[in-house]
Amino acid sequence: MSAIRGGLRQLRQYPSALVGLGIIGALIALAIVAVVILPYEEAIRLWRGGEDIWQESPRYAQPAWLNLFTAKKLPETIVVSTQGASVKPSPTETAVHRLSASKVRSDKTVSISLAFDYRYDDFPTEITLFLDAKYAELLPYVALRWRTPDGREISLGERKLKGIERYNISQDTRLERRLGGQPPEIGLFVSPGRQSPLRGRYELRVEGTLFEENADIDAKLIVYGKVYGLSGTDHKRRDLMVALLWGAPVALAFGFIVAVGTSLTTLIIAAIGAWYGRWVDALIQRITEVNIILPTLPILIIIGTFYSRSIWVMMIVITLLSIFTAGIKVYRAIFLQIKESPYIEAARAYGASNLRIIVRYMAPRIIPILVPGFVTLIPSLVFLEASLGFLGLGDPVLPTWGKVLNDASNNGALYKGYYYWVLSPSVLLMFTALGFSLLGFALDRIFNPRLREL
Amino acid sequence: MKEKTEAMASVSVKRASPLLRVEDLKLYFRTTQGVVQAVDGISFVLERNQALAILGESGCGKTSLARAILRLLPRNVHTYSGRVELDGVDVMPWSEERFRREVRWSKISLVAQAAMNSLNPVLKVGDQIAEPLIVHKGMDKKDAWARAREAAQIVGVPTDFLQRYAFELSGGMRQRAVIAMALVTNPDLIILDEPTSALDVLTQANIMNALKGIKREFHKSFFLITHDIATSSELADHVAIMYAGQLVEWGTAEEFYPNPLHPYSQKLMASVPRLREERKLDFIPGRPPSLINPPKGCRFAARCPQRFSQCDQEPPLVEVAGGRLVKCWLYK
Repeated sequence: MSAIRGGLRQLRQYPSALVGLGIIGALIALAIVAVVILPYEEAIRLWRGGEDIWQESPRYAQPAWLNLFTAKKLPETIVVSTQGASVKPSPTETAVHRLSASKVRSDKTVSISLAFDYRYDDFPTEITLFLDAKYAELLPYVALRWRTPDGREISLGERKLKGIERYNISQDTRLERRLGGQPPEIGLFVSPGRQSPLRGRYELRVEGTLFEENADIDAKLIVYGKVYGLSGTDHKRRDLMVALLWGAPVALAFGFIVAVGTSLTTLIIAAIGAWYGRWVDALIQRITEVNIILPTLPILIIIGTFYSRSIWVMMIVITLLSIFTAGIKVYRAIFLQIKESPYIEAARAYGASNLRIIVRYMAPRIIPILVPGFVTLIPSLVFLEASLGFLGLGDPVLPTWGKVLNDASNNGALYKGYYYWVLSPSVLLMFTALGFSLLGFALDRIFNPRLREL
Repeated sequence: MKEKTEAMASVSVKRASPLLRVEDLKLYFRTTQGVVQAVDGISFVLERNQALAILGESGCGKTSLARAILRLLPRNVHTYSGRVELDGVDVMPWSEERFRREVRWSKISLVAQAAMNSLNPVLKVGDQIAEPLIVHKGMDKKDAWARAREAAQIVGVPTDFLQRYAFELSGGMRQRAVIAMALVTNPDLIILDEPTSALDVLTQANIMNALKGIKREFHKSFFLITHDIATSSELADHVAIMYAGQLVEWGTAEEFYPNPLHPYSQKLMASVPRLREERKLDFIPGRPPSLINPPKGCRFAARCPQRFSQCDQEPPLVEVAGGRLVKCWLYK
């Protein structure tokens, strides 16, 4: 025990270990933050909820902070609604959206104005208008007009409203034709004769005609931008932050639990084998030799494909497969030596039980070897978990880094230039590995010379 | 053999049953070369508050004898037979578990050879001394430590050393700690297997004095295994000489030291260096016989300067004046 405490004290002399500890501390903090600000149920709901939850965020949006480093400011998402206007809060508000939504209701008509300032250097990705009509029998009727900052007015057609309607302006092919073949999200924003959007105040007017006393219309215009939040969004409009945050506790817990499980079990089994010898030892050694040649990943793929992809099942299988590995051989070799040492003999003489000898006398001698190995085992398990996620064998429920990579790969993120989508989970994974490796290597350097002394 | 042990018993103070009576104890090991007869039919009696010194050169089976008494057997045991009586009760038929609970450290404790290394490097010395109490008596840690502190005081380990780890102690202190560990459960008999080897003479003297004090004050018996004749003379009441797995001589210390009887004992005593004496140290030519295939007859015959024709036959254990026993044809 004193060797361990002394070893930990020595850590201070290794800057790399301190950096590693810092990274691990940051990851643990991230994991705690994730669990606190985004409780499990909420995270699952957001990640699995589908488009309805993420209606107001854009697809394939880059992180908003990228705007800080580029001259060309990419648009953020603008939401103007008669039911309270809002803009998703963004850390780098490059333009103040002066949003205004007004609704004037007279006897038989409703006049809605949805106006916003557009001050970006790029076109939005999509424009969608949600219309919510309340009526008893007779459907309300609306005429839609788009007004650009330079005063042009473009008609977006007229329509009858049946309940909640979603008008996807950017997919209106007739409008596209009228705009001279330009997609509406460009055609409606472009300044005439140029390739860039016209800055200024845009307005969408909804002129509704009502045929009933209690009828009403509400409207919400969403102009989807190209940047979103701290980490961007994916193909399902989901904020990647959910997965990046929740990936940390999942990865760390996975790595830690499996590493603890395998290390301790390996230690105890090796000690039992070395202590009892004979057929017990022979059996353990033969199992180890068979297990060492079994390929882990293909077995996991088979189980994931045919049985279950639950993270618990994977954890148990990985633990079982990693117990009987080279570690048993190494520990056994050391235990065989320790077993013959006089103090074990003495313990046997004063009648210590087998269990006591194994747990209290033999096992602690391995801990200086075990600790660095344990620390370097964690990142490999984190990578294994990410690999499973990347191969589509991640837990079907949990948002993890590996699954973000899987989505990115399936949607051709690198081909299409969505680097943020691949880089952010990769960087987190690499930082995890780096942190644990720096610490593990330092511990190795500290504990291994000690072994000679002990 | 039986009447011989009774003869030995009669030498010691008469009691209903001696503390330890060993009869025809055999311990053979199986090796790749054959069966090693490490302890070959040894009998002796040890009374309360007595110290018996077993002397002999390396490899004569002294340590194996200690192990055979405490039933600390290696895996490759070939034969393990004889009687070991404690207070008149034969403990040989006892199960391993009963033996562990009722003999080891309850009646007999052991200070093993290389005792300095028999401290667990990851336990504090105090924990280590208290360990037999925790293991045996199921004592809780606090009480066990209190007893450990007492035991440490008896052997002269300063109490603050109990908070240290074994590697922080000097060889002598470690040796004392191991003796404290043997004392802590208050056994009747302590087997000391070369308790002072690898220590400097001052430390040896200290430890021998501590042992003498323990014998005097706490009325313990000692079974002292050593090849150091000078040290043994400090403590021993009786001396037994062991050669090639057998006892060749047995007698009281007062009679043995000035006048060893067996030719081997004489040679052994002659090999002890003396201060300021112009004398060439004696040694015994040849090597001890192989215990795998010991010679017929007297095992010492091949190296004995006084051998004669009868030495081809197994010599009997002869009782000579003063209740001494010697396994040699010369005294028949």
